[in-house]
Amino acid sequence: MSEASATVHTTHEQTFVSKYIISFDHKMIGKQFLMYGLIMLLLGGALALMVRWQLAYPEKPLPLIGASENYLENSEVTTFMDGLWDNWLSQDSDDQNWLTKRMPVGIITPAFYNALFTMHATIMVFFVVMPILVGAFGNFLIPLMIGTKDMAFPALNMLSFWVAVIAALIMMAGFFVPGGHAATGWTGYPPLSSDPTWTGVDWGQNLWCISLIVLGVSSLMGSINYITTILNMRAPGMTLMRMPLVIWSLFIVAILLLLALPVLTSALAMLVLDRLAGTTFFNIEGGGDPLLWQHLFWFFGHPEVYILILPAMGIASEIIPVFARKPIFGYKAMVYAMASLAFLGWIVWGHHMFQSGMNPTLGATFMISTMVIAVPSAIKTFNWLGTLWGGNIKFSIPMLNSIAFVSMFVIGGLSGIFMASNAVDIFIHDTYFIVAHIHYVVFGGSIFGIFAAVYYWFPKMFGRMMNNKFAHIHFWISIVAFNCTFFPMHILGVGGHMRRIYNPMQYEFLQNFEGMNIFITLSAFVLGFGQLIFLYNAFYSAFKGKKAEDNPWKANTLEWSAPTPPPHGNFLTPPTVYHGPYEYSVPDMEEDFLPQIEKR
Amino acid sequence: MFKEFKFFPEQASTLAGEVDLLFYFLIAVSVFFSSLIFFLIYVFAVRYRRRSEDEKPQQIPGMLKLELAWSIIPLILTMIVFVWGATIYFDSYTPPKDAMEVYVVGKQWMWHIQHPTGQREINELHIPVNQPVKLTMATEDVIHSFYVPAFRVKKDVVPGRYTTMWFEATKTGEFHLFCAEYCGTKHSAMIGKVVVQEPAAYQDWLSGGTQNEPLEVIGEKKFQQFACQTCHADKPNSRGPSLVGIFGESIKLQNGQSVVVDEEYIRESVLEPNSKVAAGYKPVMPTFKGQVSEVSLLQITAYIKSLAKGGSN
Ligand code: HEC
Ligand code: HEM
Ligand SMILES: [Cu+2]
Ligand SMILES: [Cu+2]
Repeated sequence: MSEASATVHTTHEQTFVSKYIISFDHKMIGKQFLMYGLIMLLLGGALALMVRWQLAYPEKPLPLIGASENYLENSEVTTFMDGLWDNWLSQDSDDQNWLTKRMPVGIITPAFYNALFTMHATIMVFFVVMPILVGAFGNFLIPLMIGTKDMAFPALNMLSFWVAVIAALIMMAGFFVPGGHAATGWTGYPPLSSDPTWTGVDWGQNLWCISLIVLGVSSLMGSINYITTILNMRAPGMTLMRMPLVIWSLFIVAILLLLALPVLTSALAMLVLDRLAGTTFFNIEGGGDPLLWQHLFWFFGHPEVYILILPAMGIASEIIPVFARKPIFGYKAMVYAMASLAFLGWIVWGHHMFQSGMNPTLGATFMISTMVIAVPSAIKTFNWLGTLWGGNIKFSIPMLNSIAFVSMFVIGGLSGIFMASNAVDIFIHDTYFIVAHIHYVVFGGSIFGIFAAVYYWFPKMFGRMMNNKFAHIHFWISIVAFNCTFFPMHILGVGGHMRRIYNPMQYEFLQNFEGMNIFITLSAFVLGFGQLIFLYNAFYSAFKGKKAEDNPWKANTLEWSAPTPPPHGNFLTPPTVYHGPYEYSVPDMEEDFLPQIEKR
Repeated sequence: MFKEFKFFPEQASTLAGEVDLLFYFLIAVSVFFSSLIFFLIYVFAVRYRRRSEDEKPQQIPGMLKLELAWSIIPLILTMIVFVWGATIYFDSYTPPKDAMEVYVVGKQWMWHIQHPTGQREINELHIPVNQPVKLTMATEDVIHSFYVPAFRVKKDVVPGRYTTMWFEATKTGEFHLFCAEYCGTKHSAMIGKVVVQEPAAYQDWLSGGTQNEPLEVIGEKKFQQFACQTCHADKPNSRGPSLVGIFGESIKLQNGQSVVVDEEYIRESVLEPNSKVAAGYKPVMPTFKGQVSEVSLLQITAYIKSLAKGGSN
């Protein structure tokens, strides 16, 4: 903490490097994380589109790449594919370049396909949603919204970002090592992942482990910083129960990260030792147990999904009252609901392992604990509705995205109940039903939350407004294409379409689904390319957008009382807080909002 | 667009109808709640859309009765689903006593299936209709998952242990069999089928084809091949305990505890002989880990089981 006070926050000369690269300012670090996440989003999205291409047009050359060089006649493609099916792995030869090894004649090989879906999920979870929600918004919002100058440990904060960059570079390196990138799914179950003979992937998997270990260190630095800052550096009058809900959500997430990530890190360390040092944590030959990994992974993994969704819930709880001009319905209930979600998240991991042969009593225990999660989720949903009820609702672009978040979360949450009922889960586990569910939660939830947050806080971050017309086009394309892409996946899953399969057309009965698979892929391309509008809008507006006022949305929370964009040190005078964050439409007052720094 | 599109795979086991019923109930609940919520959002969006900037809505910070209602109703509903689901789950867990046994070994990328009568199949499983079938399953390499959509069953095969599952087919015909757990490069090509036949046709199938030796006979040969009988010769003073009649019985261990001899215990005795040592014997049995394959181990197990059924000889 001494460092925080030692760094003098005045407008002293800053070099380019100290301002934009090795920055200690939480706002710049937040923007750095945002850039990082958006760049990785492009990559993760490109991988997803390649996966989708293969599922709709299996064994057809990719557009552009397939047509560009040594393109084959139709009949030659068939001969080529026959050879491919006979010896899948012996495609390596010296006269091939990076591209033709993975996609000879533009056709994705099975080994490359498996790396594609593995890396798509890994990147989206660890390098897109976590950095943006926790890294970017956690950093940008916490000091501003609790009314302090910066994080408790600015240097640690800077380090946390650059360590995350190193993790990303290590992960990227995996694409270029011989044997290809990790191809065991983002869940990396051993023995598939613990012994290179089973997949033929060697350093790809090692780098995958190492990168995630490094990322775990980065995230640990971040969470320690968040917890300390929130506990120690709140402005006078900012009691815990006057904190904005998004700060509550980030606080809870920081605690989850602090407790969950070391579990993943140690599991990854065991895995990498099994691979490189001949230990046998997950190898039965030496007395290990592959199920140990599943327990460790999901003991981390379930809290992880709350890490991905809680900040988005916080964001929606922030935006909905502002545009309904009404206090949030049931502030305390919202806080307790988030805390109980976080708590329940620790005792449900077994619902990912219902078919691994666990004792049925244990299975039933995990089933009931998972079912109970529906209750805090319902409380949150109805409280958002209660906030809309009787409001004076303005459908601004952050509001539209927040309402989309609530609606998509409802669908994702309800499909979760199907999977919690383990008799049903035994049928739909590992099918496209699961893929539909994760995307309703993680895209429909977290990503729409991110959209809402970017549109809402952009004026404060960059001092400019985002273009409203582009934002509307982007919103409507996204919400329609999103549902066209992911809703039919429920139907595929119930029909018996498994996930992580290279070629659905190999299965006689899945041939009936060809039309649906093509429809999904076309929608996915619309969805994917639609995001370019968002990126264009963000980059264009950051430089050329309309100049923003200090408080364009007429909101109460402290960040809007700071100048736009906030200077080094944030506030001109240290703020004092007089009441909670959601005092909208207080009777007998002229204005319909009452900033937290103003007395009633 | 959809050639002969079917929402659910056909129901071909006793379990399928029960699972689907719960599924339909869940769909009904989900449709109800999502429609309710979307309807409310729609109504609020229309009704409370901003008309003028300075119209002030009434503040509603909370409402206890309403909040209790939307906590308690979901709780009751999920508990109904829990009890319902758990009932099916427990029922589907324990195989009936008269279940026919089949042994399954998964490996990259095929299913190897052995019948007690000695028939072996690759990626095909022949069973009679209306007869409970219990599968005892193992894997030679990585995790796979035995999945028959029409039966609504799925169970992982996990290295280092046996898993079991059972089902009773209610229809004759051919049904798809897949590996549901991603297991490496050719995972998607790990396809098979379950052939359900009338009992008579099934008997024909059993007796047809190449003359097979029953599994226990093959097991006995393996037993000799691995020289197990040098120590387990069912006579006094041999170095190991007699294996006759032990299957299904409870036996005493050196550490004073006792265990019931089942497939898992035999497996452990062969692969980790020193982890549970029978009372009155020295831990001299060597481990056969890495020497005996999962397939042979199941055959030896069938042999030891047959020693129990036939009584001593
Ligand atoms: C060197 C002698 C030796 C050989 C060879 C041997 N065993 Fe054993 N086995 C023993 C002894 C001694 C015990 C009892 C101590 C123990 O449980 O480890 C035993 C225990 C067992 C048990 C547990 C029985 C009980 O009552 O607890 C089984 C099952 C078994 N052996 C199966 C086999 C099989 C199958 C083979 C061949 C693949 C085999 N054994 C080979 C010596 C041997
Ligand atoms: C254009 C957008 C997207 C498309 C088209 C898409 C498509 C897919 C597909 C087809 C799969 C299944 C692969 C398979 O099992 O065969 C998948 C898996 C997955 N996706 Fe996405 N996705 C998109 C965005 C996202 C986002 C934004 C996230 C996370 C924030 C995400 C997280 C995941 C996860 C966790 C899996 C599970 C992978 C696994 O273990 O099987 N996806 N995606
Ligand atoms: Cu979970
Ligand atoms: Cu498989």
